[in-house]
Amino acid sequence: MKIVTGNDLKSGHVVWWDGEQWSRFVSSAADVGDGGEAIIAREEGARRVFAAYVIDGERTGEGVRPSHIKERIRALGPTVRLDLSLKPGEHDVANWVI
Amino acid sequence: MYKYDQYDQQMVDTRVAEFRDQVRRRLDGALTEDQFRPLRLQNGLYLQLHAYMLRVAIPYGTLDSRQMTKLGDIADRYDRGYGHFTTRQNIQYNWIKLEETPDLLAELASVEMHAIQTSGNCIRNISSDQYAGAAADEIVDPRPYAELLRQWSSFHPEFLNLPRKFKIAVIASDTDRAAMKLHDIGMQIVRNAAGEIGARFFVGGGMGRTPMIAPMIREFVPLDQFITYSEACLRVYNRCGRRDNKYKARIKILVHELGKEEYTRQVEEEFAHLLQQGIEPPLAEIERIKTFFVDPPFEAGASDELDLSDPDFRLWVERNCHAHKAPGYIIATVSLKPAGGIPGDATSDQIRLMAQLAKEYSFDELRVTHAQNIVFPHVRKADLYTLWKALDAADLGTANLDTVGDIIACPGLDYCSLANARSIPVAQKISERFGSAEKQAEIGELKLKISGCINACGHHHAGHIGILGVDRKGVENYQLLLGGCEGADTSLGQITGPGFDENGIVDAVETATQVYLAYRQEGERFLDTYRRIGMAPFKEALYG
Repeated sequence: MKIVTGNDLKSGHVVWWDGEQWSRFVSSAADVGDGGEAIIAREEGARRVFAAYVIDGERTGEGVRPSHIKERIRALGPTVRLDLSLKPGEHDVANWVI
Repeated sequence: MYKYDQYDQQMVDTRVAEFRDQVRRRLDGALTEDQFRPLRLQNGLYLQLHAYMLRVAIPYGTLDSRQMTKLGDIADRYDRGYGHFTTRQNIQYNWIKLEETPDLLAELASVEMHAIQTSGNCIRNISSDQYAGAAADEIVDPRPYAELLRQWSSFHPEFLNLPRKFKIAVIASDTDRAAMKLHDIGMQIVRNAAGEIGARFFVGGGMGRTPMIAPMIREFVPLDQFITYSEACLRVYNRCGRRDNKYKARIKILVHELGKEEYTRQVEEEFAHLLQQGIEPPLAEIERIKTFFVDPPFEAGASDELDLSDPDFRLWVERNCHAHKAPGYIIATVSLKPAGGIPGDATSDQIRLMAQLAKEYSFDELRVTHAQNIVFPHVRKADLYTLWKALDAADLGTANLDTVGDIIACPGLDYCSLANARSIPVAQKISERFGSAEKQAEIGELKLKISGCINACGHHHAGHIGILGVDRKGVENYQLLLGGCEGADTSLGQITGPGFDENGIVDAVETATQVYLAYRQEGERFLDTYRRIGMAPFKEALYG
């Protein structure tokens, strides 16, 4: 599947397109098919995100998982500071990255 | 410490106001990201893996407690309670919000700091010896010259759009503690046969994908001409450096392709021309700057005695302290590398504590090292135990300087958008594996450096043991290098062979140390043994 990610303009937070709006959680990312570039053009034009791009992802039992490790770390947060990640209480979350 | 004059302050304040307006226009939509990106980068604001990252310059690694306290406060107010000290004597904040950046920069400006020229193809933060002004082995304090270079290079209109970024290091002792020969320009203040002080120029060093050791192009430049000579070096680079390929745009490629002799010839020609232009700052300016770097009022007759009856303190003194030029004083280095810790990271509380302790015990002065540690440059020996106790209580008393636990590591794939592999987890595993004082004592000096990509921010080429993280079809893989060194006898590490996975590289480091221990002769460091026996025994042990 193809998913779209970018950064929130004001905060810089990593965000994912969920089909209607931008979410902090990759698990709810939508499959945009061939429509990624159009979404990026519209959303960057509206200054909701910047530096957006399309990546490959996979649908799993726990939601969408980016195909490449770099994007998985981007989605979660630094693996060496899980307390700062989006799932600070889940100690096995690093396994999701690797 | 240098204090801003009205011009310094006005320049920085004006830049903050200018950037505030640029951010407003970006948020209002008057500027696109393509238009805004170079503007934010000129103010040190990057986009990294998780958020905006701000890189703050610490000129020649020197700062006072007021500035250090501000760095801790900024970590709390604008970031997530910590900062990362880098391999170029800067500090980085990883979770910055664009809309708050102008206020952050204004706070920095209030303590004479900024993030200008910490990105982009310009002359970056001037780095220096972290023991400058304190070391017993230096000819002069190199920082006044570094400060003059800072003033000359700040907003230098001719050098704001170089072919590529440009890094300068200045030292003034034969012991190179600043990796000087691995900079675009390495400048060593020396004394000639006539007893005069001047600058020796090394040009065209660097790490990255094409590591090179800078050749010496001028044995001696009189100190009333060293800015002019620097200008000549930059002019030739600016004119002839490649702009068609960013991977071949650094000055090291130009010096290599032209050849040292031809590059030097062009520099000398330009130098002769520039001497006629009279661009050198007046001597009064360097004399004015020197007044900011006079010795602090050392106590006459301070005792040289140290009570080393506490074994942990003794170990820390032996590992982390260095001879001071003044009797009764000592240089103390705080390792930001506790076993299992993140190299270079410090919490806001730790940062503020170090500031407070520097005010009490080090004449209000601190240094940041390129090895991602913090130095208290002027500590009265009588105060050292009290200082260490306070540091140790805050997890800042680790005794591992220049040992296998004192690892340089870039942020790697945990933070950096350029990285291919994570550096920090590897550093953590190695520092835990070799965490015991006994093991570190057995191995002795061993400088280990890890980079998460070929850009080499973790200086892996210069590690006695270096590790380079690469991406093998989406899987992290780590190459092992041996034999690098960044000192006066700078050398570049050689790759041992096929890479290892994350756990395998930790085992490989242990194997390499076992080879060293098996082969070493009396008094040899790891590097000495490697240089004597070569790569073969290590390869045999690593790969059979």
